Amino acid sequence: MPANAFNGHTDYGIGIGLRVPHYSHILERKPDVAWFEIISENFMVGGGRPLEVLDQILEQYRVVQHGVSMYFGSADKPDRTHLKKLKALVKRTKTPWLSDHLCWGSTDGRYTHDLLPMPYTFAAAKKTAEKIRMVRDFLEVPICVENVSSYAEFHASEMTEWEFLTEVTERADCGILLDVNNIYVSSKNHSFDPYDYINGVPAHRVGQMHIAGHTKFEKYILDTHDHPVLDPVWKLYTHATKRCGVTATLLEWDDRIPSFDEVHNEALKANAFIAEAKEAAK
Amino acid sequence: MKAAARADSPRALLAFQRTLQRAITQPLGPGDRTRRTTAALAKEFIRPNDRLTALERIEIYNRMYWFRLIDCFYDDNPGLRAALGERKFERLMRAYLAKNPSRSFTLRNLCDRLERFIRAEPRWTAPRTALAADIAAFEWAQTCAFDEAAKPALTAADFAGTPPSRLKLALQPHITLLALRYPVDDYVIAVKKRDALRAEASNATGQAKTAKAVKKVSVPRAARTHLAVHRADNRLFYKRLDPAPFRILGALRDGAPLTRAVAAGGRSVKPEQVQAWFALWTELGWLCRRAT
Repeated sequence: MPANAFNGHTDYGIGIGLRVPHYSHILERKPDVAWFEIISENFMVGGGRPLEVLDQILEQYRVVQHGVSMYFGSADKPDRTHLKKLKALVKRTKTPWLSDHLCWGSTDGRYTHDLLPMPYTFAAAKKTAEKIRMVRDFLEVPICVENVSSYAEFHASEMTEWEFLTEVTERADCGILLDVNNIYVSSKNHSFDPYDYINGVPAHRVGQMHIAGHTKFEKYILDTHDHPVLDPVWKLYTHATKRCGVTATLLEWDDRIPSFDEVHNEALKANAFIAEAKEAAK
Repeated sequence: MKAAARADSPRALLAFQRTLQRAITQPLGPGDRTRRTTAALAKEFIRPNDRLTALERIEIYNRMYWFRLIDCFYDDNPGLRAALGERKFERLMRAYLAKNPSRSFTLRNLCDRLERFIRAEPRWTAPRTALAADIAAFEWAQTCAFDEAAKPALTAADFAGTPPSRLKLALQPHITLLALRYPVDDYVIAVKKRDALRAEASNATGQAKTAKAVKKVSVPRAARTHLAVHRADNRLFYKRLDPAPFRILGALRDGAPLTRAVAAGGRSVKPEQVQAWFALWTELGWLCRRAT
């Protein structure tokens, strides 16, 4: 689905995350990049250098907002002050869609700053979908929810993660940011087949994809975003593209960030896998 | 399964999340491991797998929570760390974070209550509590100066066209006024320079020894210091102030009308001094209209 209601009917191609170490390179050399994904929270400030840089980027590039603190799955109501700040940023960036995670991370106004996995229950799906609808109505922009990587599963769960993702997005009538690396990481940590996951999600709702690197430890895999994308993730990405169509794709590289060119070239590798997916689909 | 572990209703979901959040944010035990007392709770909520017990799975989150906060605390307080030394700094950090969990969607605000905490619980920083509180206030002021709002600055023409009695002035939100017992601005700058040199030396030679050889920064002696921490052209600046203009600015910050603010400067202040100060502050863009 190159363009659908969940990504504002856009066809953005391959983008990368806008990160501080690359600011001067981007502003001085103006590299040819299809789009940048920004972390909304980094720009939900009153002023100063962050907004100055953002405005300069917006003059030349397409920007999509990605959040890390909406916590759609938290049982708390959304924080109105937070939403107002986010809406101001949405107006500034004119983001065609906005993404955040299918997770929880705060209770009673206390924040963990983590993307904690949900208990996959029908009650949680219903509550989460209500919150997504509320946020979308307030922000007036399409929303895609991202599957997180996880290191724990709960006894309470009544369904698989992909069934939960489907339940939430169908109820909320929202899009999916399919993080292929997260699927891979969780599949190893919880011993499921990542292809079952991709085959199980509603393909027509996928508005964006994420790819990233991860780190293998002895007993689990951690979603570290500090490596190039690994081969099994590229394979999954190819399969996801075959199933969902060519979709706006973003490489996440958040730690031990190499040069701009290295990150951008890594992202552009996706083109070869897209071609492979197209060939296979013929 | 207890109700809190079921998450099968909105109320149960809230209880589920409250219970798990308490476990994930509880202070780490010896060796930065999750305390064994969490084992029963972990077992009740979390499925083990063939490689990890329920407790080990919760430990991943427990450790990530603390390491994330600790990283942020270190990044935000290099001056405080240098003044207190590693061990004392770490004890203060753990005590502060245990009592002041993040209440903001952004970690930018993690240390917004640190100065108050240092003053309220001097045992963590004694005998350098006053110095530590000054540094914490200064380092927090830098965060504010970096990205707080800047409102349209008043110009000389605004002053010329409005009678003083009708001027409703305020300070730019990014400015913090600090009345300090120590000249911590010079100290923190020196620490940052030293840290940069250490990093450079370490990168260049790959030897920590060379980095350590970079000159030690001595803690400052007490000396009353009035400071404005602010931003100009999106760069941070610190400006020392005399007590009289500091009092005037403080009064404006607190919402005093212009005449009362000027009076706060003291009787010895001459009109031409006031004029010169306001001219400077206008040039720096420090003054804006007070929201009504």
